[in-house]
Amino acid sequence: MAHMIERHRHIIDFTLATLLRRKGKNGGLLLVYTLIIFVLASVLFFTEAIRREAMLVLQESPEIIVQRTQAGRYQTVPMSWCAGIGSINGVGSAQPRLWGYHYDRTRLANYTFMVPAQDPPGAGHVDLGGAVARMLGAATGDTVAFQGHDGAPRAFTVRKVLEQESQLLTADLVLISEQDYRLFSGVPADQATDLVLQVRNPREYATIVEKITRMHHDARPILRSEILRTYDAVFSWRSGLMLVIFSAATLAFLIFAWDKATGLSAEERAEIGILKAVGWDTSDILLLKFWEGTAISLTAFLAGTILAYLHVFHTSASLFAPVLKGWSTLYPSFRLPPLLDFQQVVTLFILTVVPYTITTIVPSWRAATIDPDAVMR
Amino acid sequence: MILHPGILALLVSSLLMGLITLYACGYGILILRRWDITSGSELQLALERRTYLISTVVRYLLAFQLVSLFLYLRVADSIYHLFTGAMCAAGTLSAHWLGYPTLLLKLTTFFLAGIWLILNHADEQGYDYPLIRPKYFLLLLMAPLTTAETVAQAVFFTVLRPDVITSCCGSLFNNNASGIGPGMASPPPLPMLALFYTSSIVTVMTGLRFYRRKKGAYLFAGLSALHFAITLVAVVSVISLYIYELPAHHCPFCLLQGEYDYAGYPLYLVILAAAVSGVGVGVLHPFRHRGSLGETLPALQNKLAATALAALLIFSGAATCKILYSSLSLRG
Repeated sequence: MAHMIERHRHIIDFTLATLLRRKGKNGGLLLVYTLIIFVLASVLFFTEAIRREAMLVLQESPEIIVQRTQAGRYQTVPMSWCAGIGSINGVGSAQPRLWGYHYDRTRLANYTFMVPAQDPPGAGHVDLGGAVARMLGAATGDTVAFQGHDGAPRAFTVRKVLEQESQLLTADLVLISEQDYRLFSGVPADQATDLVLQVRNPREYATIVEKITRMHHDARPILRSEILRTYDAVFSWRSGLMLVIFSAATLAFLIFAWDKATGLSAEERAEIGILKAVGWDTSDILLLKFWEGTAISLTAFLAGTILAYLHVFHTSASLFAPVLKGWSTLYPSFRLPPLLDFQQVVTLFILTVVPYTITTIVPSWRAATIDPDAVMR
Repeated sequence: MILHPGILALLVSSLLMGLITLYACGYGILILRRWDITSGSELQLALERRTYLISTVVRYLLAFQLVSLFLYLRVADSIYHLFTGAMCAAGTLSAHWLGYPTLLLKLTTFFLAGIWLILNHADEQGYDYPLIRPKYFLLLLMAPLTTAETVAQAVFFTVLRPDVITSCCGSLFNNNASGIGPGMASPPPLPMLALFYTSSIVTVMTGLRFYRRKKGAYLFAGLSALHFAITLVAVVSVISLYIYELPAHHCPFCLLQGEYDYAGYPLYLVILAAAVSGVGVGVLHPFRHRGSLGETLPALQNKLAATALAALLIFSGAATCKILYSSLSLRG
């Protein structure tokens, strides 16, 4: 055992010295390799982080949301539905919600206005999400103004700035009282944006949904699990799509790596020839090549992953966030909570290191089976 | 569906491994047909060089297959909520009939690659390539299995449609259902535990007997394989109960989740290591008198037996600790 470790240690020592002797060639390869890993890792980390944020948000969301549609378009829900739906067996409570979006023309951003069920701000007051407060430059006690549905500006006093576990949850949020919201958005007093139902037993979801659609034919009940599923599919699909697009770059890199591994210089061939002439075995050269590949792959993998981590979690993925975030490029900026997970690292490893290793197997073997007398002659 | 990053990684790695195994297999056939150690022809020299390439390929195959095996379960576990009713990897795998066969193929190719490397290691100990033929016959067996796995996995992920109503692990590994999963969970827990310990003790005894007196290699290999199956059934039927501390939760995949400290990874690795090295002892046994292997093979067999015994004892010890210190008790 000790002998084996010693043998590997010496070969690694020799490999590193060889790699350092050819800085230009290996440096170029390492740079491109790192860049490829950086790009793929950024895509993976970003989508995973944003997906996780979305899941955190949805964990708190109600089990069933009831909306109303007319001619396939979304409409407000009459408050009178509450009583009927609330009386269905198994429904713990049915509450109307008031919320909506507001586009701020001067700052080119979308805000989400919402009337909270618990502890709503008093009339003339609002609570601001972190990103909104930053954008408006507002702190507790300041006055902010938004343009209402009728074009008239309305001023509110900031009661507090929200700090929450999930940035996505509160970044663009403006909490407002019911009375102010109806005046601001023009939603009539007998209407609500949607209804939220609390249902204790998940097995009753299907029956309750069926009863609701029978009660109101224009109702559109949405289950939390359906929303979770959709978000998950959309984010996975987005990152998968990006990976497929970047696969062209990966392929180019593999051809580059294959070319580097095949095109041994006369000097390298002579070196392998000398090694074999002084007693190295083919398996020793293969081991040397294995450690060479491992050193390059590990360095590129670590450097690429660390750079991607910094890019995604410290600069908010400034390079391709617009493509991956998707739904709104006007979104207030937010910082994702850092998170790394085993599956992402393994996925990244398989997408980059495995193809590289397989590409270089045959060239390494060719190099290792060079005839010493043929190259030294 | 097919654009999930984990699925892409699995498809890419399987495709590459499948292709390179077929490539190696092509030369394997040539070696089987034209190998002649007494000849000094150019072809023979080229073939001797090729053997290095092929053993390198299978080494990587084994390593990547292991990563891909766990990633497969992990991906299945991370996409289960796309299927109504699924609650972990078990639900995803049963969303299409190819789910479990793919897993089985992955396990089999991993197992065969392990056995191949043992044969290869033994072969490299002798100067005259004593095991070249059995080795390449085994490679011929592995190539179609790797290809089948690549195809099965690709089809499985392509035809998976989100929203398919599948069973969650709660009902799949439930005593009242039927099929392979329930078949594994249905043995009553305590007798199953007794069987697991009996099998452990018997396997360890035969292993020790082989280690000391070089007798009963086939018996040990056979018992190792049997014990592998018994252990898997025991994990589903009783050991998982103690780990989850829930009397009705039989699921071999939830063990791989963070809630249970990823206990499944070391456990399954140890089970696989015990099975591969235990069976390896028996696979090497017929060749103990062949050519130049007479001296080196017994030492290698001893090493394998020791590895298998150590892995077996580690698993049994870990399971016993878990059972003793679990808050769940199945007695009375």
